[in-house]
Amino acid sequence: MPLAPDSRQDTIVSVRDLEVRFQTSDRRATVRAVDGVNFDVRRGETFGIIGESGSGKTTIGRALVFLLKPSAGAIRHEGIDPLVLPRKRFQSHRRDYQIIFQDPNAALNPRMTILSSVLEPLELARGGTSTERERQAREALDRVGLPQDVGERYPHQLSGGQKQRVVIARALTLKPKLIVCDEVVAALDMSIRGDVLNLFADLQRELGLTYVFITHDLAVVSHISERVAVMYLGRFVELGPTERVSEHPLHPYTRALLSAEPRPLPSSLREGSRIMLQGEIPSPIDPPSGCRFRTRCPYAQELCAEKTPDWRELEPDHWVACHFAEHRDFAPN
Amino acid sequence: MPAAAPRQCRSEAAAGRAPPLMSVRGLGIRFKTSLGVWQATRKIDFDIAPGERVGIVGESGCGKTITGLSILRLLPGNLAGLDGSILFDGTDLVSCSARAMREIRGRRIAMIFQEPMSALDPVFTVGHQIAETLRVHTGIAKEEARARTLEMLRRVGIASPERRIDDYPHQLSGGMRQRVMIAAALICGPQLLIADEPTTALDVTVQAQILELLRELSETSNTALMLITHDLGVVAETCTRMITMYAGEVIEDGPVDDALVRPLHPYTSGLLRSLPHLSPRHGRLPSIPGRVPSIVDMPNGCRFRARCAHAAPGCEAEQELLDAGAGRKVRCWRFRELDLPGALQHAATAPIAAMTGTP
Repeated sequence: MPLAPDSRQDTIVSVRDLEVRFQTSDRRATVRAVDGVNFDVRRGETFGIIGESGSGKTTIGRALVFLLKPSAGAIRHEGIDPLVLPRKRFQSHRRDYQIIFQDPNAALNPRMTILSSVLEPLELARGGTSTERERQAREALDRVGLPQDVGERYPHQLSGGQKQRVVIARALTLKPKLIVCDEVVAALDMSIRGDVLNLFADLQRELGLTYVFITHDLAVVSHISERVAVMYLGRFVELGPTERVSEHPLHPYTRALLSAEPRPLPSSLREGSRIMLQGEIPSPIDPPSGCRFRTRCPYAQELCAEKTPDWRELEPDHWVACHFAEHRDFAPN
Repeated sequence: MPAAAPRQCRSEAAAGRAPPLMSVRGLGIRFKTSLGVWQATRKIDFDIAPGERVGIVGESGCGKTITGLSILRLLPGNLAGLDGSILFDGTDLVSCSARAMREIRGRRIAMIFQEPMSALDPVFTVGHQIAETLRVHTGIAKEEARARTLEMLRRVGIASPERRIDDYPHQLSGGMRQRVMIAAALICGPQLLIADEPTTALDVTVQAQILELLRELSETSNTALMLITHDLGVVAETCTRMITMYAGEVIEDGPVDDALVRPLHPYTSGLLRSLPHLSPRHGRLPSIPGRVPSIVDMPNGCRFRARCAHAAPGCEAEQELLDAGAGRKVRCWRFRELDLPGALQHAATAPIAAMTGTP
């Protein structure tokens, strides 16, 4: 239960007032890709982040494993700020926090055999003898359900689903505590997607992994995550238990997102209550004042332009940033 | 049965009371490679009625895109041969002259693609590119072409079209570019629009806008739509009929609602079951074991049988697209004895199902 204190205290990653800014290529403007985000990831859970392109979700994922340095704010791994660690300690520390990307083709060297790709992180970590390392690599390949002979093959000889399994195996070799999964099933065919999602669930159960699952796909995120955060233009607009967020969304954007998802259901079972949003996500170089969603929000009022809505816990464990969240009773989606 | 009314009216359109606008028969596409000639698709049969919206679904490599391209004869240079016929309003597109094809392409049949940026020329304004299509096909004056372009941009929902008409493609957002592509495709008033994954590159809120636009334009101008997609949700919301392809063959064809509720082919059923939308949260997703057979090593008989839970002696025989009644066809000889689960069995766990009677 969300209120049980111990489940709320076992935090593996805590993010406070995180900001990530980029300069545009002509250095004339600043893109506020992530602009003041707060959340905790609890040990052993799957934390989903959904958002459209340009919302900043990938930037958060990269910042979580320190592939990007935050411009402001703090990210703590089990209470420590990894940036204050000496270089050697930082390097060994980050082995516990892995990331997997969408495109396995870009993640695997086409000229290396699968086994050498999977071995590489172990060799860099210099643990054990070479026989032990090879055994660990083969174990990892086995664990993700690949046949033994895959190790001697090259990436082009594997299907997309198999390649993504190789990438997962490689991330597992260093026995991480947390894996950021950035659109990891988006490039896979639908019949294979289910297999890979099942694999993630199995590995979590067997190895006690924590996932941060970043995706634009609502169906995927609501299937796999315990909690989900909805991101819009660099900020979280809503965060809560997946069931609550998908059945009783507090933010108008969440509701629009849920209703826009095409559902493979016959017409008799589909409801006509779609909220059609006008236009597209504005530029993060010059975001709207106040609430960033107000330019597309069907319920926007004057206050929304004047004042940035507070990030508040409206229901236990269910956060929202909307001035009018408690006044609007959305029908369940 | 509360669900009966809407379904029936959908089936009627699908049953093809009107003579078909396009009739594809025995379409096969072969390619040459350094290793020999491969059959990409074979025995493709289907009809599209005037104004009908048909979804072609399947996974990557099933032949759905190449089937769309073959209708416009836009096939790559290593084409080894095109078999069968594509009868479009009296003309066979497989055998007609290149000149006759040019008359049809862009004017009577138009096509839009997944990535609008690669289909638009970056050095011309969008207005120029749309008006050019119109002038090439109708030879009307520049001013009139511009006026009609403006009107078309307004129809596809571009805000302040008088400003946007002189914009270059890079000045537009992804959703607006796709609207421009739709405007260019529809400016000559085609009878058929082929849309290949038109919303795959777009965000879900923009996707909803574009699908709504396609549906509305198809209804108001009676343009038939052939929507090629991997997304069953997109087909369910946009189309009246669904054609499922697997390994280069049509394996099921029928009204969307019927195919979703009670699929006839084990592959269609497997696809529906593997969707996370319909599964209980955190449960295991059913999946289809194995993978699509390679084009260089196609099994004989049913091409799905190695992955099929219902495979039996008899499946190694050549499978024909059988008439299953009620406007439905299926390439599985066992369809009568199989009772396959569809979208409804899974949706029953969702609260939504409680509000409507289950048929």
